[in-house]
Amino acid sequence: MSESTNSLSVIKPPSRWGILNLKELVNYRDLFVFLVWRDIKVLYAQTILGFAWAIINPLVQIVIFSIIFGKVAKLDTDGIPYILFSTVAVIPWTYMSDALNRSSQSLVSGQNMLGKVYFPRLIFPATPVLAKLVDFFISLTILVGVMIYYQVELTTNLFYLPIFFVAMMLVPAGIGMALAAMAIRYRDVKFAMPFAVRMLIYSAPILYSASKIPEEYRFYYSFNPIVSVVEGYRACLLGLPMQWQYIYPGLIMAVLIFILGLVYFKKMERIFVDVI
Amino acid sequence: MNSTMPAIEAENISKIYRLGVKLKRDENIVSSIGRMLKSPISNYKKYRSLYKFEDVDQSKREDTEDILWALKNVSFKLDHGEVVGLIGHNGAGKSTLLKVISRITPPSHGHINMRGRVASLLEVGTGFHPELTGRENVYLNGTVLGMSRREIDSKFDEIVAFSEVEDFLDTPVKRYSSGMRVRLAFSVAAHLEPEILIVDEVLAVGDASFQNKCLSKMEDVGGAGRTVMFVSHNMAAVTRLCKRGLLIGHGQLLMDGSMHKVVDAYLHDGHGTSSSKEWDGDGPQGEYAELKSVRVIDQKGEVSDVFDIRETVSLEVTFNVSKTGRQLLPHFHVFNQEGIHLFPLLAPAEYRGDSFHSTGEHIYVAKIPGNYLAEGMHYVTCSLMTMSPDRAQFVADQVIGFQVVDSDELDTVRAGWGGKLRGAVRPMFAWEKLS
Repeated sequence: MSESTNSLSVIKPPSRWGILNLKELVNYRDLFVFLVWRDIKVLYAQTILGFAWAIINPLVQIVIFSIIFGKVAKLDTDGIPYILFSTVAVIPWTYMSDALNRSSQSLVSGQNMLGKVYFPRLIFPATPVLAKLVDFFISLTILVGVMIYYQVELTTNLFYLPIFFVAMMLVPAGIGMALAAMAIRYRDVKFAMPFAVRMLIYSAPILYSASKIPEEYRFYYSFNPIVSVVEGYRACLLGLPMQWQYIYPGLIMAVLIFILGLVYFKKMERIFVDVI
Repeated sequence: MNSTMPAIEAENISKIYRLGVKLKRDENIVSSIGRMLKSPISNYKKYRSLYKFEDVDQSKREDTEDILWALKNVSFKLDHGEVVGLIGHNGAGKSTLLKVISRITPPSHGHINMRGRVASLLEVGTGFHPELTGRENVYLNGTVLGMSRREIDSKFDEIVAFSEVEDFLDTPVKRYSSGMRVRLAFSVAAHLEPEILIVDEVLAVGDASFQNKCLSKMEDVGGAGRTVMFVSHNMAAVTRLCKRGLLIGHGQLLMDGSMHKVVDAYLHDGHGTSSSKEWDGDGPQGEYAELKSVRVIDQKGEVSDVFDIRETVSLEVTFNVSKTGRQLLPHFHVFNQEGIHLFPLLAPAEYRGDSFHSTGEHIYVAKIPGNYLAEGMHYVTCSLMTMSPDRAQFVADQVIGFQVVDSDELDTVRAGWGGKLRGAVRPMFAWEKLS
């Protein structure tokens, strides 16, 4: 609302394709900050362990995966200790799946606000993507701990990490926007999501090594942006060689998914309130 | 700002809705199973059709079985500093119009030009989170309503003082009483300072003294040269706040004029005079009963608009029971022109027997004795409840009104005195001189 006094605003039937109004988004930044902050603040309200949950959740996963896949099934991880191997992947994956889940439900769970007050609708799916970063940063302590334990030496690969950090946010943001817009019309999304996300973990080299994928399929496999993020984190943090030919396709897909998600969200925005 | 340009300029606003396709009934189990198998496809078509209007002839603005024109070619202009009341019956299109002006939902046709910062208040406490403290919720709710963080910082103390919950600022809102929550939420809203303010029926909350405080605050807002659009069922409040009124019905703008005239038209609108309203099958209704008429009757048994303060006022409700099986209790609520709920007139204990109402017409009368009401306009809400479970069959909000005029005879509280008398009611109680 923080427009200048002389502003003229026109309300008219929406065009078929919504246009992204960046100026408006800037005007609502205070609200955006508060909603992100609310998400963070409220998440662990009335819990005993509080933010420790952000550690416990991935930690238990890592322990179980390490026992089952590392000790029992003895998956080959190219000579990297399994705990280290899975930790670098599970941490970004936990963030991506959590952010995706919350983002896709954002419009449905915020439908009360949606029908009572106007602010740029994009704020709804964007909020959990940012709020969940807090959990991510807290869970990084596990990663740091494991890396210190195995005395991993840092390499210059670390400078590439911001690329994968951004890609890690683009994927849940893009898919989240598209699914949020879909979920408000078809509540099927709510039932499909937890199940689909659980399956997605097997689509990327989180529990197994990508080198096990047959060479002829490897190129197609790398179009999965989750593959790029996971491989990128592993290469950056563990100083493995960057296999860019298998990373580029996924990064391009991540950007594409974000843009398509945004376009679809803006196109559907005009009908949200009418179909709640 | 160019003050000669109107603040809000709405031109031919229309809004179309699809009500959702009717369900078909199955005649046998085979067709039922067949339909179940096909249901994902038909469900998809149904939900998708909710926002597709290609098949509808949009030039006619005609309602059909499946299509509802919530707004039809509504046009009006509001100048800067005007305070306008929007009234109309339930389902007339008021809320849709507010949602369109607030940009919550886009219009299907037409456009609105708005000049100035707009804030709309369709609900108090939007965005309130029970786990957050009062202080945190003030900031959250403030930004949701469109204030910047700096603005809230500067008004924070004022907001808290107005809400009267200073001592609980750092307590989570879930531990608040509902009254406290409403007061805090309203205080935030009352301190919005946009150039254009759009307010829905939000004054119907909180206790009477707080309501009055809010009304005064709203009056200040109007006085400060802001454009305010105000929707309410509270006739007294709108007449007090607004000079100009808009009457909306069946999605159309029926009248645009002085608030008094518009309220008058609303209370008269084809269902009889303001002190008598009758319906013929189109009244408010529930599962078991339907409202036929509500009337104010004088001592001669005739409908009357104006009562002498000494006269008995009889409130009469006639309803038609369409289905037996429930005990029905009629209630009246009397409001004065400040919008204060003076008293309820609940059906007495002897009506709460265990016999069910028979189908057909039932008439009840409640009598307010003379020398009880104060002078001025009074508005009456009439409702019908079922007993166990307690469900409203209908609630007709301030459907009828009547005027009480004081007398300068000696058999009144005034007893011939000519000054100004305060008080929401004016009952004549016994006095004794003991020495």
